[in-house]
Amino acid sequence: MTSSKNKKIILRILTHLVLVIFTLIAIYPVLQVVTISLRPSDKLLSTSLEIIPQNATLKSYVSLFTDQPFLLWVRNSALISLTVTLTGVALAAMSGYAFSRFNFIGKKVGLLGLLVTQMFPATMLLLPLYLMLIYLGLINSYLGIIITYSATALPFCIWTMKGYYDTIPISLEEAARIDGCNQFQAFYKVILPLASPALVITGLFSFMTAWSEYIVAAQILQDTQLWTLPLGLKSFEANMSTEWGLYGAASLIVMIPVVALFIILSKWLVSGLTLGSVKG
Amino acid sequence: MNRFYKNIFIFTFVAPAFLVLIGVVFYPFIYNVVISFSNMNLRHIQDWQMVGPVQYVKVFTEPTEPNFYVIFLKTIIWTFVNVFFHVVLGVILALLLNQKIKGKGIYRTLLILPWAIPQYIVALTWRGMFNYEYGSINIVLTKYLHLPAVEWLKNPTEAFLACILTNIWLGFPFMMVVALGALQSIPHELYEAADIDGASWYHKLKNITFPLIKPVMIPAITLGIVWTFNSLNIVWLVSNGGEPSDNTHILVSFVYKAAFNLYRYGYAAALSIVIFVILLIFSLSFMKKTKATEAAY
Repeated sequence: MTSSKNKKIILRILTHLVLVIFTLIAIYPVLQVVTISLRPSDKLLSTSLEIIPQNATLKSYVSLFTDQPFLLWVRNSALISLTVTLTGVALAAMSGYAFSRFNFIGKKVGLLGLLVTQMFPATMLLLPLYLMLIYLGLINSYLGIIITYSATALPFCIWTMKGYYDTIPISLEEAARIDGCNQFQAFYKVILPLASPALVITGLFSFMTAWSEYIVAAQILQDTQLWTLPLGLKSFEANMSTEWGLYGAASLIVMIPVVALFIILSKWLVSGLTLGSVKG
Repeated sequence: MNRFYKNIFIFTFVAPAFLVLIGVVFYPFIYNVVISFSNMNLRHIQDWQMVGPVQYVKVFTEPTEPNFYVIFLKTIIWTFVNVFFHVVLGVILALLLNQKIKGKGIYRTLLILPWAIPQYIVALTWRGMFNYEYGSINIVLTKYLHLPAVEWLKNPTEAFLACILTNIWLGFPFMMVVALGALQSIPHELYEAADIDGASWYHKLKNITFPLIKPVMIPAITLGIVWTFNSLNIVWLVSNGGEPSDNTHILVSFVYKAAFNLYRYGYAAALSIVIFVILLIFSLSFMKKTKATEAAY
């Protein structure tokens, strides 16, 4: 009896040990960013592993807001991300509904086509879009980048919305119709509120696509006045020695809201993801 | 509701998204196919001509340094190693978290962090950690483990390893969360029945847990493979665009460089299509295979 009890305790300790080790590995890079952001400017390159460095200072944070165009980047990123989110959610909420409830010509091809776009390498759409934007004179414009981001986010959003609508029983709409709603009223009074978890997921996904994107922005936004946060942060990293502290401070500020949002919504994120991908 | 009204309804719901998709997905895709048969590059950006499948021939035969086959092989290694560790670590951690233990919520939240952080910040921070003199990884190696320091970012193999390590760190939370969701949906009675029959933990794992999480894991793994095969951010930013001397490229980063650093538009368009076809064939056969096993089970 006691030996099996001992065994259980040992197993429990082992479980915690493994979890603690992996948790440390998971959070270490974040701590590293904290450390960098707190280092005084003469100790940016240091071989010490302390989390809170000696003579820790908030100077990087102050200089980020006073000497650097950080707020401009925040504004640009917010503007672009919010526009992409609104367009993405609105378009996906409507077309996902039609895909879920009706049969029409091109439905199967459309759905399959959306799925296939997920296998495109980044350059497949980026290169032609880039050349098209050059011809249209939309390089270095918000419109150009918003179009490109919508192209990346929309297929996934439509699939997620469709998958979620599929789980809502059609009898609910029929009941609403009997009570005198027309099809459109049944959609936005009954179905849309029920689909709010999926709306949150598609919104979050669209927002994150735009907020955290570097590769596309680097090609389309060359004017420093239009730079988004990723471009700004990368420019800090490029001259590591002088602006490494600014990089740390900016990363932390950019990271905190997204990470908080992500963790709060992560439960829904997974159910949305698996519903969207498992259900055909 | 009459038919006519219904059709208008469908049309207003689908048309906006379809128009947008035709403009930003379908048309660019066709345009990409056209470019792939042309000689478009920096010198021929306005006066380009159709030249037939020349660019495709170049993709497979041009002696670039490194050539297509070497990079393709690297991409397969990259994808396999990453997805393997994502799934193994993810499932192990999910199994550990699926018990009654203290601090479960805290562990879960902190373990999701790598997934939640914007990828470019992950990549740039890890690049800093791989720095030869000041990066914490080498400091741990030399100071605490008394091993020689590693030139992470200057040697081809080590730089590629650095990209893989970063990407493994980044990707295990997704698989963990998916596996955890699947584990929680397994009815408890199954394990109780197995306990009564005196089954060992190994048998429970093999005969209850794995078969029951498989239907959820297979689509997640398919997605994981497609994402990893096509993941540009980590390779591009950790290795700073393929350094040292283009030795860390996988196919997507190689084609990105051809398009935007070398301005070889026709070649890049052709290579994009080759990559897409590889992934399409793979996904179709993978899904067919796993569907077959699912039916058997």
